[in-house]
Amino acid sequence: MFEKIITQLKAKFGAQIILKEEIEGLQPACYIDPSKLVEVCEYLHGEPTLYFDFLANITAVDQGAAAAAYTLVYHLTSMPHKLQLVLKINLPYELDQETLPTVPSVHTIWRTADWHEREAFDLMGIFFTGHPDLRRILLPDDWEGYPLRKDYQEAALYHGIPIK
Amino acid sequence: MAKAIYHAAAQALEARLAAISSQEMIINMGPQHPSTHGVLRLQLITDGEIVKEVIPHLGYLHRCFDKHAESINYTKSIPFTDRLDYLASMNNSHAFVMGVERMLGIADKIPKRVEYIRVLVCELNRIASHLIALGTYGIDIGATTPFLWCFRDREHIMNMLEWASGSRMLYNYIWIGGLFYDLPVGFEERCQEFVTYFKAKLVELDQLLTTNQIFISRTANIGVLPLDVAINYGVSGPMLRASGLKWDLRRVDEYSVYPELEFDIPIGTGEMGAVGDCWDRFKVRVDEVKESVKIISQCLERLIKDFPRKQDFDPRALVPKKVNLKEQDYYVRAENPKGELGFYFATQAKSDIPKRVKARGPSFSNLSVLPELGKGVLIADLVAILGSIDIVLGEVDR
Repeated sequence: MFEKIITQLKAKFGAQIILKEEIEGLQPACYIDPSKLVEVCEYLHGEPTLYFDFLANITAVDQGAAAAAYTLVYHLTSMPHKLQLVLKINLPYELDQETLPTVPSVHTIWRTADWHEREAFDLMGIFFTGHPDLRRILLPDDWEGYPLRKDYQEAALYHGIPIK
Repeated sequence: MAKAIYHAAAQALEARLAAISSQEMIINMGPQHPSTHGVLRLQLITDGEIVKEVIPHLGYLHRCFDKHAESINYTKSIPFTDRLDYLASMNNSHAFVMGVERMLGIADKIPKRVEYIRVLVCELNRIASHLIALGTYGIDIGATTPFLWCFRDREHIMNMLEWASGSRMLYNYIWIGGLFYDLPVGFEERCQEFVTYFKAKLVELDQLLTTNQIFISRTANIGVLPLDVAINYGVSGPMLRASGLKWDLRRVDEYSVYPELEFDIPIGTGEMGAVGDCWDRFKVRVDEVKESVKIISQCLERLIKDFPRKQDFDPRALVPKKVNLKEQDYYVRAENPKGELGFYFATQAKSDIPKRVKARGPSFSNLSVLPELGKGVLIADLVAILGSIDIVLGEVDR
């Protein structure tokens, strides 16, 4: 089924849309072109033969200094067809906190994305353009830094309170 | 200072709250409000009794599960998973353990007795979790008796699980590759006694609240969640089923020994009002408790007849000394009392410490629909709606 979805995507958007496929392993996944993310998701959501109507999860992964990339992993479920699909996009490894890695938001397609993207922004420092309310969700608004990044150094004080 | 754009949304909210009209008022509900089921804080923009906007603020119970899991090995993470949805610890660790076992490739080798015990304790825990949901829902809208009855019966389950695992709520009982211990001698019989006792109590509880006219007027046609909205918001579990879709991962994924067990999937039918209202969500949970009782009876029967306790049976036989995984990633999902609990693992080669673990708590996505449901309702109804979502903040904030 995974190959079929890939073929459909390639037929619709051209072969260059799929940057990499991971077919070995328990769950096949495909890396897609980040600039086409919203179009691909709209297609996966709207196409009657696929109909991925349920966004289960968005995870941001810091691949570490050696691989030098952030990966966003989207887990989609199609309830009518009982399918699962893993989409991944790689983002540039921006360690400078002045310029966060940026990706378009998919909240217009799945409203689930709203809070999951806020969490990725909060903990990993990924900026989602077009998001209606991109505030920190789990940490206070004035928190410094992005704790799930591998290079995160915890602050000694928070509002004058020692937290180490 | 980071770029202004990264703080723009927080400032926009502040400005929005500062610029309310003289008719409107901001009310803080929580984080110490009893009906917010823990430490959820809601900011309500109200006009008289009408809620115009709900702004949830999370994070008061954030305990950095994801970050902790990156610094310890898989086995050590199991007690942390117990503390996600602390009302259903067994179900959490079952999902986590299943994921690691599948990555290890030992999922098919787990002895049947172990699998049946896992399902048995998970379903017991599901009943306990639903009893809290039903009891506290009664309290939320002003009925005290069901709460006391539910907690009385839940205590029987807590005692049994404590007997098996040594702990009342946070068990660390299900291990990667097996169990902490086999069930104590006499557990099956005691559990059967409980089932007989509980079936009668369930009828009483049903009569007390489900068809109570006051309860119906407080919940029917309140907080109606249409199916398409529910799916779009990632709502799962009893909440999704109350909106009318037969979607239960125990049946969809057929994990563990669920395919061998007989049970129905209750869905909301709109018996008292519209499909997907608060009453439907309550009713689905009541029906699910009945189904769980059925599952428990079948598990006990198989455990006594087909897979009885043996002297030389070691539930830890397959427990790996070190979890050695190749580099891969895997998303495991399971049906928790609250909905789809998912764990995403990204592993590292030659290390038993994962690169990334993310827990997808069902309450997190279920709660995200509240601002949508809470638009234009009465403040009293908002309490009814929030209670019917059945959140556990341990899982929302992780």
